[in-house]
Amino acid sequence: MAKNRTEVADIDRSLYDFSYGEEGFERLDAGLTPDIVREISERKDEPAWMLERRLKSLEIYHNMPNPTWGPGIEGLDMDHIVTYVKPNTDQKNDWESVPDDIKDTFERLGIPEAERSYLAGVGAQYDSELVYHNMQDTAAKMGIVYSGIEEALQVPEWEAIIREKFMTLIPPTDHKFAALHGAVWSGGSFVYVPKGVKLDFPLQSYFRLNAKGAGQFEHTLIVVEDDADLHFIEGCSAPKYNVANLHAGAVELFVGKRAHLRYSTIENWSKNMYNLNTKRARCEEEGEIEWISGSFGSHVGYLYPMSVLAGRKSRSSFTGITFAGCGQNLDTGCKVVLGAPDTTATVETKSISKGGGISTFRSSIVATPAAEGAAASVSCQSLMLDDISRSDTIPAMDIRAKNVDIGHEATIGRIGDDKVFYLMSRGISEEEARTMIVNGFANPVSKELPLEYAVEMNNLIKLEMEGAIG
Amino acid sequence: MSATPLLDIAGLTASVDEKTILQGIDLAVGAGETHVLMGPNGAGKSTMGHVIMGDPVYTVNEGTITFDGADITDLSPDKRSRAGLFLSFQAPVEIPGVPLSSFLRATVAGRPGLEMKGKEFRRRVKELAAELDMDTAYLNRELGVGFSGGEKKKVEMLQLLLLQPKLAILDETDSGLDVDALGVVSRGMDAYRKSTDGSLVIITHNTRILEHLDVDRVHVMVGGRIVREDDASLIPWIDANGFDSFEREAAAQLAAEREAKPAVAVDPVRAASMNLGAGMVQSLRATLDANGAACGSASTGTAQ
Repeated sequence: MAKNRTEVADIDRSLYDFSYGEEGFERLDAGLTPDIVREISERKDEPAWMLERRLKSLEIYHNMPNPTWGPGIEGLDMDHIVTYVKPNTDQKNDWESVPDDIKDTFERLGIPEAERSYLAGVGAQYDSELVYHNMQDTAAKMGIVYSGIEEALQVPEWEAIIREKFMTLIPPTDHKFAALHGAVWSGGSFVYVPKGVKLDFPLQSYFRLNAKGAGQFEHTLIVVEDDADLHFIEGCSAPKYNVANLHAGAVELFVGKRAHLRYSTIENWSKNMYNLNTKRARCEEEGEIEWISGSFGSHVGYLYPMSVLAGRKSRSSFTGITFAGCGQNLDTGCKVVLGAPDTTATVETKSISKGGGISTFRSSIVATPAAEGAAASVSCQSLMLDDISRSDTIPAMDIRAKNVDIGHEATIGRIGDDKVFYLMSRGISEEEARTMIVNGFANPVSKELPLEYAVEMNNLIKLEMEGAIG
Repeated sequence: MSATPLLDIAGLTASVDEKTILQGIDLAVGAGETHVLMGPNGAGKSTMGHVIMGDPVYTVNEGTITFDGADITDLSPDKRSRAGLFLSFQAPVEIPGVPLSSFLRATVAGRPGLEMKGKEFRRRVKELAAELDMDTAYLNRELGVGFSGGEKKKVEMLQLLLLQPKLAILDETDSGLDVDALGVVSRGMDAYRKSTDGSLVIITHNTRILEHLDVDRVHVMVGGRIVREDDASLIPWIDANGFDSFEREAAAQLAAEREAKPAVAVDPVRAASMNLGAGMVQSLRATLDANGAACGSASTGTAQ
């Protein structure tokens, strides 16, 4: 029964739901041993300290229990998740040199076209490795570094920065999948924006997991120095297989004094994916982090981007939307640590559930004793499209400072029949009417996205709404 | 009236939550005619408009609605709209996040003769907005959100003019309509009559709205029935005398009907609930609605 429903819900994902063979690809044996970790490290020819950290992380991983407080992850058998799949190509910097099937994958996802029209730089990762990386000359001339993180490890100047910062915001002891990430991470981007440099166009990384029963563990490390400004976009998708796939990436963002970073994500993993991703940002004095986050895919998702406001008057804003359809259990939200005086944070989320999907909003606001004069507001609006879906709100607040202003509001509602009737009375079909209302509900998030992504998000909602009416 | 009326309602009985509201309505509107539906509060006038448009809140228990030669009794509201029916709402809804212009575009999409290219569409909407003295800045605003009563009426009239229906029902029962809103509705009706030979059914108890209109027929509704039909001369009479005499007649007729039938056993629960004041029922209802909206009554939602 449940299986049948999943198939129905996935029928129209053809845009994302295609895959190619793996001829010529190398796969490591499934399951996790120190030997596998050593082999990954060796192939990447990385510094000895990195191998040490990997092995230490692996140990932590084996000694840590699975989380028990969120959606079940029993369907995930780590012995069968292939940790490393290397495509049959090395990294290229022009699309012509990328093998046809991989290039075709990204063409179908619209990445090269987006690069031509509005992006300052693009990185594309296929399974475990970056297959494409390119940045406009102008951005390079400004001193901006945007490269594969493994590539950057080969450059002494960047290696020093990476060594200093890598997995300090997300230590392997944080949770079991952070430890797993620390052991087997592969691919991802390194971005460095020098002091005072402001980039007008976004940089984008696109992560595509093609291989069946594989894991993707990319690491994104971004340093925005004092007074600098960057918009970074991350997109993710994968075709649907019958076996579980795993995504346990890590994103570490360092925002300098008076610097600004906007980090936008549209995640559309297929519905066999366990998305156990960790994202964290640290802001220095008057620095600002803006998270824009859309979660559509995955079978199970745990995703709570976290802002550590370490500097006085630093700011965090989080705008997110989660759409949980049939067979999906998405546990998403945001964490903020108000760790300095006069820090401010806003969290505005929307969640939609339908077809028996479960959407849980979880937030945590911590005001440390240093956070005098800090303020935070959390708002969560949920929309349930039928009687079999579920939507929960679990906000937590831990306030240890004087004179702070923290507020929370949550509403859960449905599509009003009167609204559907009104739209239908003007000649709009029921399905279209409901889609329009849901798109309107999502609008505060989509309007924050670059146009191409807003269109993609509206299309995703449309795909989800198709056939929603009996 | 022409031989086959554009809208022909025969023996229509409709209910909501098992409460019968319309009781055997017969009504015919010919092409190009202007009809007025009047009556005291709670007579079922707005329900009429909604049932003709196919509001799924109501159940049609008996009777048929024929429009333009086709039986539309079981048709969905969007298909009725595309067949050429229009209902202007007394209280148009708000749809957050949907720009008015996108909504308008969707209403004409796929309609023969009305679907336009983007540029042409924008020009047409601007023309109509000017005709209604409407600020074009509205077009980028979210549908209905933060609109005043008068602004909402303008949006309704704009759609009336854009969609050019064969028959428009204007539900103007809201006696709170201010002078501005009244003016907007009058201007909309004038423009509609000028640009099409469409029919109008105006639901109102405010006769001022009818001042400049050639009314063909007036129907008076009381207690879910049409109790009187006449030409436009009935309007000034109602203006002077109100609906009291119609209500007394209807009550007398109902009493006579009851006397003719054998007495029905009284259900004590039903009787008790009928003793609740209307205001109390309403506030109870509002409380229930509010609860439903806050925590999704039937399903498993929690908000903290």
